Amino acid sequence: MPTLKQIHLAAHFPGVNNTTVWSDPESGSQIDFASFVHLARTAERGKFDFFFLAEGLRLREHRGQIFDLDVVGRPDSLTVLAALAAVTDRLGLAATLNTTFNEPYELARQFATLDHLSDGRAAWNAVTSPDAFTGENFRRGGFLPYGDRYDRAAEFIRTAGELWDTWADGAIVADKESGVFASPEAIGRFEHRGPQFSIEGTFGVPRSPQGHPVKIQAGDSDEGRELGAQYADVIFSRHSGLQDGQAYFADVKRRLEKYGRQRDDLKIIPATTVVIGDTEAEAREKVEHIRLGQVSPQGAIAFLEQVWGRDLSAYDPDGPLPDVEPSIEGADSITRGRVRHEKDPMAVVTKWRQIAKAKNLTIRQLIIEVTTRTAFVGTPTQVAERMNDYVQGDAADGYILVPHITPHGLDDFVDQVVPLLQERGVFRSEYEGTTLRDHLGLPMPASAPTGQPSPHLIRTSA
Amino acid sequence: MTTPTRRFHVGIALDGAGFHPAAWREADADPAALFSAGYFVDLVQRAEAGGLDFVLVEDAFGVQDGGADRVRGRLDALEILARVAPVTTTIGLIPTVTTTHTEPFHVATKLATLDFVSAGRAGWHVAVSTSSADAALFGRKLAAPVDELLAEADEFIDVVRRLWDSWEDGAEIRDRPTGRFIDRDKLHYVDFEGKNFNVRGPSITPRSPQGQPLVVVDVETVGDAASISIAAERADIALVSASTVDAAAALRRELLDAARGHGRPDGDLAVLVDVDVLLRSTDADAASTRARLDGRAQRAASARLSYTGAAAGLADILDEWVSAGAADGFVLRPAVLPTDLAHIVDGLVPDLIRRGSLTAPSPGTTLRDHFGLARPASRYAVS
Repeated sequence: MPTLKQIHLAAHFPGVNNTTVWSDPESGSQIDFASFVHLARTAERGKFDFFFLAEGLRLREHRGQIFDLDVVGRPDSLTVLAALAAVTDRLGLAATLNTTFNEPYELARQFATLDHLSDGRAAWNAVTSPDAFTGENFRRGGFLPYGDRYDRAAEFIRTAGELWDTWADGAIVADKESGVFASPEAIGRFEHRGPQFSIEGTFGVPRSPQGHPVKIQAGDSDEGRELGAQYADVIFSRHSGLQDGQAYFADVKRRLEKYGRQRDDLKIIPATTVVIGDTEAEAREKVEHIRLGQVSPQGAIAFLEQVWGRDLSAYDPDGPLPDVEPSIEGADSITRGRVRHEKDPMAVVTKWRQIAKAKNLTIRQLIIEVTTRTAFVGTPTQVAERMNDYVQGDAADGYILVPHITPHGLDDFVDQVVPLLQERGVFRSEYEGTTLRDHLGLPMPASAPTGQPSPHLIRTSA
Repeated sequence: MTTPTRRFHVGIALDGAGFHPAAWREADADPAALFSAGYFVDLVQRAEAGGLDFVLVEDAFGVQDGGADRVRGRLDALEILARVAPVTTTIGLIPTVTTTHTEPFHVATKLATLDFVSAGRAGWHVAVSTSSADAALFGRKLAAPVDELLAEADEFIDVVRRLWDSWEDGAEIRDRPTGRFIDRDKLHYVDFEGKNFNVRGPSITPRSPQGQPLVVVDVETVGDAASISIAAERADIALVSASTVDAAAALRRELLDAARGHGRPDGDLAVLVDVDVLLRSTDADAASTRARLDGRAQRAASARLSYTGAAAGLADILDEWVSAGAADGFVLRPAVLPTDLAHIVDGLVPDLIRRGSLTAPSPGTTLRDHFGLARPASRYAVS
């Protein structure tokens, strides 16, 4: 019998989007530090690999005004994670940071610091953002042409790696007797000349416990997948179903070989949601309730407006779909600061009208129907079995769980599902290592003893 | 405004093994631990237990100058203090954050977040990067003259403070009937247009516990017009360097006059004096330690007040400077860590408390509370 794959789990702090049900009486603060502490400690109690924070650098706007129907407001990720390092011991700490509105030297220094302060638990989810809308909050504005965003991201990630490799392991000898703190040859200078960055100097932070923080990527396009296959330790995908998961998994893992990487050097961890009940029927009822909370009457209209590209506030969310036609120009500009997934609004409208007609759905019911996310729903046993089947079936290496409720949204999963995964021998009962690389089974990057940048990876024994 | 319950404020600055370049070679120093969380947690907890108002952690992007015999490397100060925040309760946490190669939007968010994770104990020590070496780390612009960097810092503080106000208190309403999470009329575009950058806003972070974390601006000398102007208009704390009581008193008068010129009431701006300290049980011990340290590494010349001796002598000087109107408090820069910190909290502070010069801050209070500053309303709030 082949060895069972070990599942990797991560906790996503509830987002600034409509996954989070703020209207539930159980819903707590999305900004008080205590909420972050609770979710992180819950994840650590469940022996999760890491805790994850997303990024948003401009508040979303809809019809020219700040969008007010979803959760709004978040802290700076690295600052929260540095604080969480004080109240957790083993949990990995992952922050999403943009390669467009940051600079490699500063970002590399901040992640190296987090890695030191957490004894090797830092991770960086590198994202690209080319939009001029976000750029209005930054010195350079929206300076980057859309097509160049992956060029900048790839060069940014390479450059950060060059900085992290400049200090040799053990550069600091701190010999009080001889008066040598660090030998100068163990602290290498860097010089990077490229189309995006032209920088040089000496990096200000000694080599951190993980060498490089764990690198996460979330790209879904062909270019994004290629970038992930080349540089990422973890890919955070949207493909959380069985078949779409398997297709994505196979495609990305296939790309590793050309970069000299092995299959296990990259973990694919889709985002998903879990709803648990004592019976399957109860779990499904809970889902209905959650969906109503996620798609409020006002939210349903706003969602429709994003596709129609026009003001639909006069329509009744509990009535039929509008018979007016969508505005193609409006659909491009009505909502800003949000990733658009609908490339062709006319096609979406046609499809939605068909669904609404076939199932006799109101506006709100339709939005609930078409925005339902693939999720693990059922009794704890059903959830554990299905999640394990998906992982053993190579639809994923594990999952990032996105709770609906802050901060107690993962309590049930940790209390009821994690023990079942542990019983099946597919999830750790105790942390075996101390760093996030240990949890993920990733090799340590090597630094050259001369302090010169080195691209090589050395493998630690399994 | 609440009345200050103490005569003056004392904080401590931290950097590496202490401010003397040979500090790491002292017997009590732990140079191998300089890049660990535990090192800083221990120091800040001792400073808090000892009744100090705040800790200021120095920072700079580039690696320190010097050869194999100097401490090289430094962790990001703001992250250090975020790491320390959950395991402390009272002490103010003031990181140095530079304005030359950084983004005002990120800096505003980070400091607001430090204020959240510390329940209202965040401050910001403003600094600029002057060197071409620092500029080359970013490759975005050339090194500029100090007056240009200060003008940029001035705009930077302005926009950060606007971003801190860009969410009014109570903007989060969670109104179920209307489906609104926030009252967007209480969120404001800052629409800042300056010489160095434009920032649209609002912040992504709600208004923090203190509303406005404390801003600390360095003023080097009398006649340092640009720094005096920034401090007088925008700072809560001016941190001055002066080696004589008369020079400090003149500088404080100039700062307070300039602050009045900006319409600020007395008590709104605190003037703290930087002091290099080397404390030992006796003056003789201190002198011999000083000789050993200076024999190993030369200190850079400075215009700061410097004291080497037993704690009681320093307490006399601090009292004298405050009585002479030269200071509202002090930032002590220990030569050697943790030894000087131990002498500060075990010798100097108890002495100052006995004299009635100092009152230890109460647990659960904000950094603004320590300085007797009320929590301001957002500038955008309609009253």
